Amino acid sequence: MEPARGGAAARSRRSRRIVGLAGSVVALLLVVVASLALGTRATPLVEVLAALTQPEPTNPLHTVVRELRVPRTVIGALVGLALAVAGCLMQGVTRNPLADPGLLGINAGASLFVVIAIALFGVTSPFGFIWFAFAGAAATAALVYFIGTLARDGATPVTLALAGMAIAAVSTSIVTLLIITDVQTLNTFRFWQVGSLAGRGIDTLGLLWPFILVGLLLALFVGRDLTLLAFGDDVAKGLGHNAGLTRGLSAVAIVLLCGTATALAGPLVFVGLVVPHIARAVVGTDYRWMLAYSVVLGPLLVLLADVVGRLIVQPSELEVGLVIAVIGVPVLVALVRRVKGRTL
Amino acid sequence: MTTSLARPIAPTLPAVRRQLARRVALVSGVLAVLLAAIVAVSLGTGAYPISPERILPTLLGAGESKDAFVLFRLRLPRIVLGVLAGVAFGIAGALFQTLLRNPLASPDIIGISGGASAAAAFGILILGVSGAMVSLLAFGGAVAVALAITLLASREGLSGYRFVLVGVGFAFLAQSVIGYLLTRADEQEAVAALAWTVGGVAGARWDDIGVIAVTLVPLLLFLAALVPRIRTLQLGDDTATGLGLRVVSARYGVLAVAVALTAVATAYAGPLAFVAFVSAPIARRLVGGAHLAIIPAALIGAIVVTFADFAASTLIPGVVVPAGIVTGIIGAPYLLWLLATSNRGRRNA
Repeated sequence: MEPARGGAAARSRRSRRIVGLAGSVVALLLVVVASLALGTRATPLVEVLAALTQPEPTNPLHTVVRELRVPRTVIGALVGLALAVAGCLMQGVTRNPLADPGLLGINAGASLFVVIAIALFGVTSPFGFIWFAFAGAAATAALVYFIGTLARDGATPVTLALAGMAIAAVSTSIVTLLIITDVQTLNTFRFWQVGSLAGRGIDTLGLLWPFILVGLLLALFVGRDLTLLAFGDDVAKGLGHNAGLTRGLSAVAIVLLCGTATALAGPLVFVGLVVPHIARAVVGTDYRWMLAYSVVLGPLLVLLADVVGRLIVQPSELEVGLVIAVIGVPVLVALVRRVKGRTL
Repeated sequence: MTTSLARPIAPTLPAVRRQLARRVALVSGVLAVLLAAIVAVSLGTGAYPISPERILPTLLGAGESKDAFVLFRLRLPRIVLGVLAGVAFGIAGALFQTLLRNPLASPDIIGISGGASAAAAFGILILGVSGAMVSLLAFGGAVAVALAITLLASREGLSGYRFVLVGVGFAFLAQSVIGYLLTRADEQEAVAALAWTVGGVAGARWDDIGVIAVTLVPLLLFLAALVPRIRTLQLGDDTATGLGLRVVSARYGVLAVAVALTAVATAYAGPLAFVAFVSAPIARRLVGGAHLAIIPAALIGAIVVTFADFAASTLIPGVVVPAGIVTGIIGAPYLLWLLATSNRGRRNA
């Protein structure tokens, strides 16, 4: 929604947005390099480069970089991208700044299916959780949307948000029931639910990257319409846009992105909430720009948190989910304080 | 639900008000009867059944000693604690949601329960404490998070939008801390801490109930004095200021009551997930209109908790299921059903 204003102001805002985006990309590249080089055994950059271009099978440093750090970095980046973009879409569709995969019940649904997999089918490996997490996220999103449409007003932002929380309530309760009555399940689940990038092999990714790609393409496709939706359904309709179609396509994209991310890294909170808010603070409510920023800032946040988690408690490490919350809360608070909200 | 407002000739304001008051009274009456029925049934049911004709004499002090032991030592404490905690959570949810003008703004979601849980989990898993000390820590955690949110969200006054967003941040932080603590604990301790973070009334003792009751009475009296001001606040800030209300101090007063109710109930019954979240929307949909519905919300809170505890103690024989697990399973579907059938979803929420 670029208002037809005098060329100079629009141009300067546009160049500011581009500069910001370029700066974020540079920051992301730095973090990627750090993620490849740093860990329990810090690797010189020369060795990292050598490991990527001409690996020696006998060099342990090369093995660490290729077998552990590359998959971890790629997965972290994709998970961050998926969650940030999905959060963007959710806030646009529900018009609620609180919407994120956690608050709409999608994480809880994925957790429920994973716990069922552990408790009833005896699955124990992250690889085995993937399809359950994915199915759980999809089923929850479909159910939330279906209940939203049952209400006489249709799927309004408020009914969607309430339905999402209610479904999350049921799923969380059943999850707790299952893990509290079965120590074996609790033991596997508590390590999944904290959210981690460690020990996820590159083979997992081979199966799942197409889902993220399709989700991302759909998201970019609906970006413009989401901006219109922010003005309300009536305005969007008046401008010839089909609000129902936009919401439906967004829902598909959200399921693909969240389901895959949760399958890969566990129920990571906060990325989907905080990244769109950072993006909005920089670019305003243009969802195309918000999506572009989310694509860069999501991976940046997740990888940064992962690197920090690896460094601060050596030789052990802190799970990425915890570090994200610790980094994310101050960022969110600072952001929220900058915005001039309704004063009471 | 809409009849009074949809009449072709608009009734006078006092008439509408009378009709609404009648409806609130009717809903509250039905809910109170329902609550009494649940209490009666759960008093008599359990591993040691007590028939209805023995319950009343025993309660009046004229029954057998075995009946008296089961009723006064085992069943009555959990029921009383359940009712008190349910009332506190139901009212707290209604106040938060009204004050912050967001249906998602219940203590579950804005981190106040999370602060209590994280503090309790820290006490159980790291400090190795139990009992009253855990309650104290939980109370401190809830109050500390509430204070932190208020301080961080205030800038030239308190904004509902900022409060809710900062609160959600704290909720996520608390959730991550609890998850982290759980991965570092051994199994048995992890189960104990997890059960606490869910909440339940199984371990209720009369001492705890005394503390809650003594705290609740002044809080509810203070709230009763505040109700006219809350009604004025609901008209919007400008109107309220125009009517001579000191908006900011009224808001802080309501917020303080809501936080205190949550903190006290959480300290002794645990967070009892989603009671605060579901009670007020259900009450508002039953009463209709944008009515504050504090008494119906309190009754629904009490019903949800007592029924959940009854179901939790009878559903799976031999397994102690915390009531907080069942509150979500029974409260949330009912809310969903109301969402799906209500024709006024947009206005009420």
